[in-house]
Amino acid sequence: MVQFPRWQVIFVLVVLVLGAVYAAPNLFSRSFTDSLPDWMPHNQINLGLDLQGGSYLLIAVDLAGVKKDQLEDLEDGVRQAFKQNSIGYRQLGLYGSGVGFTLLDPGQLDLARRVVRELAPEAELDIDDDTQFRIAFSDQAERDRTTSIINQTIEIIRRRVDETGTREPAIQRHGDDRILVQLPGVDNPDRIKELLTSTAALSFNFVDETASTTGRVPAGSELLPAADGTGQSYVVKKRDIIKGESLTDAQPTFQDGQSVVSFTFDTIGGKRFGDATTNNVGRLFAIVLDGQVISAPVIREPILGGSGVISGNFTVQSAQDLALLLRAGALPADLEYLEERSVGPGLGADSIRAGKIAAILGLVFVIAFMGVSYGLFGAMADVALAANLILITAVLSGLQATLTLPGIAGIVLTIGMAVDANVLIFERIREEIKINKRGPVTAIDAGYRRAMTTIIDSNVTTLIAAVLLFQFGTGPIKGFAVTLAIGLVTSMFSAIMLTRLFIVTWLRRRRPQTLSL
Amino acid sequence: MALIKYLPIDPGIKFLRFRTAFFAISTALILASVALFATLGLNFGVDFRGGTLIEVKIQDTTNISQLRDRLSGLGLGEITLQEFGNPQDILINVERQSGGTDAEEFNAIEPVKEALGDLVVEYRRTETVGPTVGEELKQAGLLATLLALLGIAVYIWFRFEWQFSLAALVALAHDIIATIGFFAITQIEFNLSTLAAVLTIAGYSINDTVVIFDRVRETLRRYKKLPLGDVLDQAINRTLSRTILTSVTTLLALFALLVFGGENIRGLTLGLIWGVAIGTYSSVGLAVPLLSLMKLRRSTLDDEEKPTADAASETG
Repeated sequence: MVQFPRWQVIFVLVVLVLGAVYAAPNLFSRSFTDSLPDWMPHNQINLGLDLQGGSYLLIAVDLAGVKKDQLEDLEDGVRQAFKQNSIGYRQLGLYGSGVGFTLLDPGQLDLARRVVRELAPEAELDIDDDTQFRIAFSDQAERDRTTSIINQTIEIIRRRVDETGTREPAIQRHGDDRILVQLPGVDNPDRIKELLTSTAALSFNFVDETASTTGRVPAGSELLPAADGTGQSYVVKKRDIIKGESLTDAQPTFQDGQSVVSFTFDTIGGKRFGDATTNNVGRLFAIVLDGQVISAPVIREPILGGSGVISGNFTVQSAQDLALLLRAGALPADLEYLEERSVGPGLGADSIRAGKIAAILGLVFVIAFMGVSYGLFGAMADVALAANLILITAVLSGLQATLTLPGIAGIVLTIGMAVDANVLIFERIREEIKINKRGPVTAIDAGYRRAMTTIIDSNVTTLIAAVLLFQFGTGPIKGFAVTLAIGLVTSMFSAIMLTRLFIVTWLRRRRPQTLSL
Repeated sequence: MALIKYLPIDPGIKFLRFRTAFFAISTALILASVALFATLGLNFGVDFRGGTLIEVKIQDTTNISQLRDRLSGLGLGEITLQEFGNPQDILINVERQSGGTDAEEFNAIEPVKEALGDLVVEYRRTETVGPTVGEELKQAGLLATLLALLGIAVYIWFRFEWQFSLAALVALAHDIIATIGFFAITQIEFNLSTLAAVLTIAGYSINDTVVIFDRVRETLRRYKKLPLGDVLDQAINRTLSRTILTSVTTLLALFALLVFGGENIRGLTLGLIWGVAIGTYSSVGLAVPLLSLMKLRRSTLDDEEKPTADAASETG
């Protein structure tokens, strides 16, 4: 233990230099480190949202709702197709996770099977007694669909967030049916929250002018409320003239001093809209957004240019928001918030300041205490402690692990616990001198040897706790576990390697006859 | 300057003689903690109970009762307000909404913000946790705690004997229960951060215990004839200076955190300070004395290190 092979010395020096280099960017401003060439370490510690300020939103995707809609669409499709093909059936409805019906005439079996296949090519079809039909989707198809819905939702959320100008948002899948949105710098997410969960399904439909809004709603039409909250409602044909997917652009603008949203269709959409308006001059059509009628203008002339404006009771802000939503596209599923955490920049800055002061003072206390207790040996442990802090900073910066407020607490705790390995070793050396009456060199050698198993055992057990905290903990706990684990590893290095290098060098140079312990 | 010279290597305290007293203290502590938990319960934070927490900075001319007036009668259930560090920082706790759906929880924020209006200068923090996630966080926390205990016990079993593992596990459970009791009696908010504190206590406490256990194992191997009680006493005494020094440095750092670390981690820090104290006590007063109740088979420990000549000539 008092031998220090050259490669170990080199190893210690390399670790220290690397530590200093990786920790260094934290001393400079962001703009300076961003200007550094790529080959140089330029990452600063990645601050958690609780320290830099920002919003954390956990969102549930309503997959069950999507599935139900899908089955209901299929049921509707079967009903209409059977009507067109004059196929007799009864007991058409949703059964569990599928759609089922009974065929009246077994002679129409082939026709019915062909119609169903066309409607839902990827579905599994069960037929009993040539009449009992059951259409369901396989688990694999369901899983693929789920993944595609989640990915599509993430994409649309990303587009919407990007449109608001938020810097470096993180949007990721979280578990089976959840999406985690992290927005640095957004301390009041109220507006973004509303933007994110608006479905933004836009369609243009004809108003059913033959029906009254108080009487029975004819099949193929539905009663929709007006979006302006006046309580007015419209009977609107269910069949869409055109849907939001055909839009290529939407922008907020002004018309006669009113805020409106102008839109442009793609070529096919523009042609279809042109045809529909040409054939229906004088009729009313409704612009429907998420089941509410924004406006219902009269078609005065054919709209052939593939573009137009939506007017309604818009403010500048709501016109902007609608244009943004239309550009980003409609969500494939309903979203619901499960968890929100927002921290303002003031609190984050205060937390960092308080954490810094606590860490520095904790460090000063421990350094003073070790110096007073162990004299020269304490001073060596103190240098190792300072090196330890630099190494923690370096590892956090290099790995881009996130530092949270509990993480700062973890670092301060590490400062207190990091000297434990040194204390164990020093106390062991003391015993070797006092009880076993050994000389300095053999005492130090035996002290290190004996303390080593204890250091490893005690640190591994704490490391187990830290790893499990990281694995099963969430948010702030993870941040705490990260710094605790990093601190354990670096403190073992600094106590076993660095302090030992100091002591061994000192022993060789001074050749002391006694140790002042 | 090296004051350590004045700390004796082996103070020769007969710890095991106080075994019964230690057991009585620990039993009382556990019973009291369980009783406190059952009667007072924990003051669960928004993480676990669900609901909304808002930290605001209010105008200098405003006071907490004005806020209270504005928030009463919103029909959002119980809303508690408290000063947070200074009179201008207010913590607003909106209880979990009665409907039990996630949407309802999120609908509660807007009326509160509207009612507060211009009284608030700055929204420092808003946390809303719906019932779904609150329940999940509770279960994940419990799972993490149990797995941490299990993982530690398995490691000690692997490195030592099952008797050590059992004693360590009892001491660890003792620390965790006593810490729950601490949070029950102080009614300090129990949230994700404080749970992290509890788990760190597990790590710290076991660290302390393992250091002494290591010495017990070593002493058992070296002094074959020494009665078990004396072996245990010697192990505690020889590691006592280290136990004290490490507790002191850790507590020094934690006190710095308590005084200067800000209001948000006060609960976490208090929990850690209590835990370090209780963890240190339980290693000396509980884990090691428990070993004296069990028969340790010395033969199985005697695998590596043979007693050296000078060790054989020593007396404990």
